[in-house]
Amino acid sequence: MALRVKALESLMVEKGLVDPAALDALVDHFEHKVGPRNGARVVARAWTDPAYKTRLLENATDAIAELGYQGGQGEHMVVVENTPAVHNLVVCTLCSCYPWPVLGLPPVWYKSAPYRSRAVIDPRGAIAEFGTELPDEVEVRVWDSTAEVRYLVLPQRPAGTEGLDEDALAALVTRDGMIGTARL
Amino acid sequence: MNGVHDLGGMENMGPIAPETDEPVFHERWESRVHALVVASPTRRNIDEGRHQRELIPGPKYLAMSYHEKWFTGLCDLLVKYGYATRDEIAAGRAAPGFKTETPVLTADVVGERLRRRGSYVRDAAPPKFAVGERVRTRNLNPHGHTRLPRYARGHVGVIVASHGAHVFPDTHAHGDDEDPQPLYTVRFMARDLWGETANPKDSVSLDLWEPYLERP
Repeated sequence: MALRVKALESLMVEKGLVDPAALDALVDHFEHKVGPRNGARVVARAWTDPAYKTRLLENATDAIAELGYQGGQGEHMVVVENTPAVHNLVVCTLCSCYPWPVLGLPPVWYKSAPYRSRAVIDPRGAIAEFGTELPDEVEVRVWDSTAEVRYLVLPQRPAGTEGLDEDALAALVTRDGMIGTARL
Repeated sequence: MNGVHDLGGMENMGPIAPETDEPVFHERWESRVHALVVASPTRRNIDEGRHQRELIPGPKYLAMSYHEKWFTGLCDLLVKYGYATRDEIAAGRAAPGFKTETPVLTADVVGERLRRRGSYVRDAAPPKFAVGERVRTRNLNPHGHTRLPRYARGHVGVIVASHGAHVFPDTHAHGDDEDPQPLYTVRFMARDLWGETANPKDSVSLDLWEPYLERP
């Protein structure tokens, strides 16, 4: 594949279809500017600022943009909240829709057939593969991203974190916690 | 199109295999494919791009990695719109007498472009259904692109959100007509989709356009 891609890139540059410097800037963006750290900041803010959390659950796109995160694959954001009684899980069964501005690009497993197929029919079994057993009494809500709406899970704030500030809390938030394949 | 990309509800596809400390790209070529797709003049219609990848024959689709599918879809669109021939793509060199294009995305505007707040909401007729209303998904099996998965057809659910009119992929993937239609989030009880073995508390919600829905 490396050779075929190199040939395609050479051709597209030669024809003026792409600017090589733009390609470098794009790779830099996806490797360094977006990623789960952005989403973690959103979550930590929601944990520490009740008014922000209210705005986030009412209009996630605007509330996330307050922190500077916006753009393609984040045009219409919805945040779903985990509680002791409810657990949320996000999937895209038809392709690989994922909220790039807050989580970056999706991991391989998120884009692959095993997760995309099973998350809707056996969400508890899928989550168990990540090491989390959900009790039967917890309601599981699966969100299949079939349109341009992108979902972010607001995990529960872990117990014993009352004294932590926003930065310390953000460090506790994992990507899988914001997809719903883990509980924090 | 009832293709293999419509994976929801299938089993025995193998373990999910989460990877610890996964890199954004595993190999350099993957990052170049991603950038080429985003920068290419063929990146003008997200629904068409998705449908192009769905058109990869089923056995190949399942065997390909994500970035191989992106590479294949990009090559197919470049050929479809006359930007390149198969021979040029294989050779990595333009045929004599080619026409030089101007890149649609240049380095100086990449940052601005990636942070641009786009929207798929359009002006259209008001929604026919209300939040809280029960709806049934229609039994649609179009040969073209659709975002109504097979597992959710012919089932009754409840509208939990109304998003205004969004670009309608079933039309938009096959041209530039955005054909905006009201979009809803519809919640289905897991037992209605999968039968009595599902947990009675669980649900699956999908974002569905009005033409997929009817009154039960």
